[in-house]
Amino acid sequence: MGFFVSNIWLIPFFPLLGGLIAGFLARRIKLDPFIPVAAGVGLAFLVSLGAYASADAEKTVLVSKWIQAGSLVVPLEFRVDGLTTLMLSMVTFVSTLVIVFASGYMHGDPSYPRFFALIGMFVFAMTGLVLSNNYILTYAFWEGVGVCSYLLIGFWHAKPSASAAAMKAFLVNRVGDVGFAIAIFWLWSVVPNHDLSYQNVLAESTLHALPEAAKWGIPLLLFWAATAKSAQVPLYVWLPDAMEGPTPVSALIHAATMVTAGVYLIARSMPMVAQAPEVQLLISATGCATALLAALIALTQTDLKRVMAYSTVSQLGYMFMGLGAGVGSVARLAVVAAMFHLFTHAFFKALLFLASGSVMHAMGDVIDMRRFSGLRHRLPYTYATFAVGALALAGIFPLAGFWSKDEILLALESAPHAAHEVHFELGWIYGVIYWIAIFTAALTAFYTFRAFFMTFWGPEKLPSPDDPEAPPADAHAHGHGHGHDDHGHDAHGHGHHEIGVESPPIMTYPLMILAACAVLVGLAFGPTHMFEEHLHHTLGFEHLPEGHHDFSWGTAIISTIGALAGIALAFKLYAQPSPVPGRIAGSIKPLYRASLNKFYIDEIYHATVMKLVQGLAAASRVFDVKVVDGLVQGVANIPWTAARDVLSKYQNGLIQFYAAASALSVAVLLWVLLFS
Amino acid sequence: MTATDPFSIELLTNYLLVGAALFALGMLGFISRRNLIVMFLSAEMMLQGVALSLVAFGRFHGNWTGQVFTIVILTVAACEASIAMALVVVLFNRKSSLDVTLWQDVREAGVEATDLADEAAEAAPLGVSDGPETYPTLTPAGIEPAHPIQPWTERRR
Repeated sequence: MGFFVSNIWLIPFFPLLGGLIAGFLARRIKLDPFIPVAAGVGLAFLVSLGAYASADAEKTVLVSKWIQAGSLVVPLEFRVDGLTTLMLSMVTFVSTLVIVFASGYMHGDPSYPRFFALIGMFVFAMTGLVLSNNYILTYAFWEGVGVCSYLLIGFWHAKPSASAAAMKAFLVNRVGDVGFAIAIFWLWSVVPNHDLSYQNVLAESTLHALPEAAKWGIPLLLFWAATAKSAQVPLYVWLPDAMEGPTPVSALIHAATMVTAGVYLIARSMPMVAQAPEVQLLISATGCATALLAALIALTQTDLKRVMAYSTVSQLGYMFMGLGAGVGSVARLAVVAAMFHLFTHAFFKALLFLASGSVMHAMGDVIDMRRFSGLRHRLPYTYATFAVGALALAGIFPLAGFWSKDEILLALESAPHAAHEVHFELGWIYGVIYWIAIFTAALTAFYTFRAFFMTFWGPEKLPSPDDPEAPPADAHAHGHGHGHDDHGHDAHGHGHHEIGVESPPIMTYPLMILAACAVLVGLAFGPTHMFEEHLHHTLGFEHLPEGHHDFSWGTAIISTIGALAGIALAFKLYAQPSPVPGRIAGSIKPLYRASLNKFYIDEIYHATVMKLVQGLAAASRVFDVKVVDGLVQGVANIPWTAARDVLSKYQNGLIQFYAAASALSVAVLLWVLLFS
Repeated sequence: MTATDPFSIELLTNYLLVGAALFALGMLGFISRRNLIVMFLSAEMMLQGVALSLVAFGRFHGNWTGQVFTIVILTVAACEASIAMALVVVLFNRKSSLDVTLWQDVREAGVEATDLADEAAEAAPLGVSDGPETYPTLTPAGIEPAHPIQPWTERRR
């Protein structure tokens, strides 16, 4: 096992190598580009498993020395503790399955090698992010995953909507990155030796010595960074649009891995965050608002991938609710619960996205749920695996989502009491958040199964160009019988395949493996406390206060009843075509329209923030052109005018004149030198 | 430097004076003459003035530096002479004259060319002295060319 730890650098290295081979070499040596990337990420997974077994809270590995000048040494260090190895195993495992799936899904795309090269780069950056042992290296990889996300959202960059979505994701993430950067600057100025490594920053002595403002200011800034990367209110707007990318990218980056980087960052900094209960309450409240808002929007969306996207936002909100609940004696339970939800969510959400991708693949790139239904006989594997994923997301016993969601609810339930113990007066708010969380869980079950029933139940219907819902361009493409249109919703230019046929085995096998995980990981890690014990081998977590928390039957029963009620309602309304949903929507038209239009958040941002920024940009432009450029050009004009109006007269082309002038100049120079 | 060195500082001064005179004469020639070849010769004279000074200094200090430097200068001057003469030939080829004032093209756009006709009249030579009635000629030899030889400047047109 020591081999895996001392060679931990192999984990980012293999995917990077695979990505480079896929991007630059694969075509030349006639190799399917997915093979080197799948092999690289698979090998990284094996190394991660080895590292998982030997994780230790204090273990760091010096990879190389970046700068060594006298007593100044800037090391490149990786940390191999519980949190890191957990993330590593999850990231590399899900990535491997998604890559295998994508080899079928992306087959025939003209940019097939670029796709896998970017995926390799992404896994490199993501594993680097969780391995880094200091905030600056984490920040560097944080930007790295951002770039890969940008490039992959805009993978079909010829589509204006895709490039706009990529730009939006990048810009919104910039807003968060500013927070991270300021947090790093601030940390640098307050920690001893300006050493930003985790073991120095998160040491108890350092945390106690922090200035009062920094104690809540730095966690707040880190949370600011996390809101952008992990799509929380108010910066969640980029994630639903990110569905413009290929579906495997949505599954991997925008559901399972990258978006959890913010949760990881807060969990990593938990010893610091736990010192600021006000910030924790803010984190919890933000997560709660996000979870509820996203769930409400997801209720009315008709685009299967968008439902999943809002569900991801909502579940990330859940994780933050859990992280924020860690006041007083709940601290350790809270971070374990949030990380556990992150872990299980990665499996079932990747599964749901891939299953959606499989539906889309079979429907010739149509993803609007109004245009197909009753697919359960045509797509049996997709149907079964989607059902498992949906049950796990809804939190039905004994699937993965049940255990992790329940732990978060347990943390929230215990939080008011724990807050009271440490004299934190605002602790009662956790009680409110708890009930909203349960309500959101019911909503989650409802919208997930709404999508499930709309897609797989009811009378069998395949997308047809005559459909009133079909956009004109889309209809045209379907006239040709394959999904090779650049104007449709989410065209991925793969080859000719029939509509309504189950995906090939290379796509269904990953679905089955993920479905098995969605069933088993909760049961294997939750009630056995394996997850909890592993996470205790994390830097600083042993100092987090640990209260005694029993499995709460009350919460489990309430949340299960909520989830079952949601499923039952969805069954009643959507299992067979019925006029009831339309009638309900009609009776609460304003609310329905608000949800359908995502509460007009994008429009509000356009009218306020965007206008403000654009005004600022216009003002800056005027300042730059008139003042800065004016000054520079004015200074440049002085010698130019002098040369043009005075000196150029003397350039007459007469050699003797030149010779005489230079001789006279030398004479004057000599005279000055000799006689002054 | 020992007192017995015959090359005293006075002797050095004489050499330097001659070198300076050569340089100054060369410079005046370069500035005042308009014939390309004469200008080139003047430039060579400046060069020799400098070379003379260098040799004198070398002797005065009792080392070879000055001489070595001069040899280098001579080498460069030889190369320079060949190039300069080639250029002069080309220039003559273009205008059938060696007058440097005919070449004023490299001047600022918009500046008028200087007309030096008046100056030339003012500084005209004092009249041509009468030479002998006939000049000696060589006996023609070899085969007479088939065509009358035109001046090569004409041929170029």
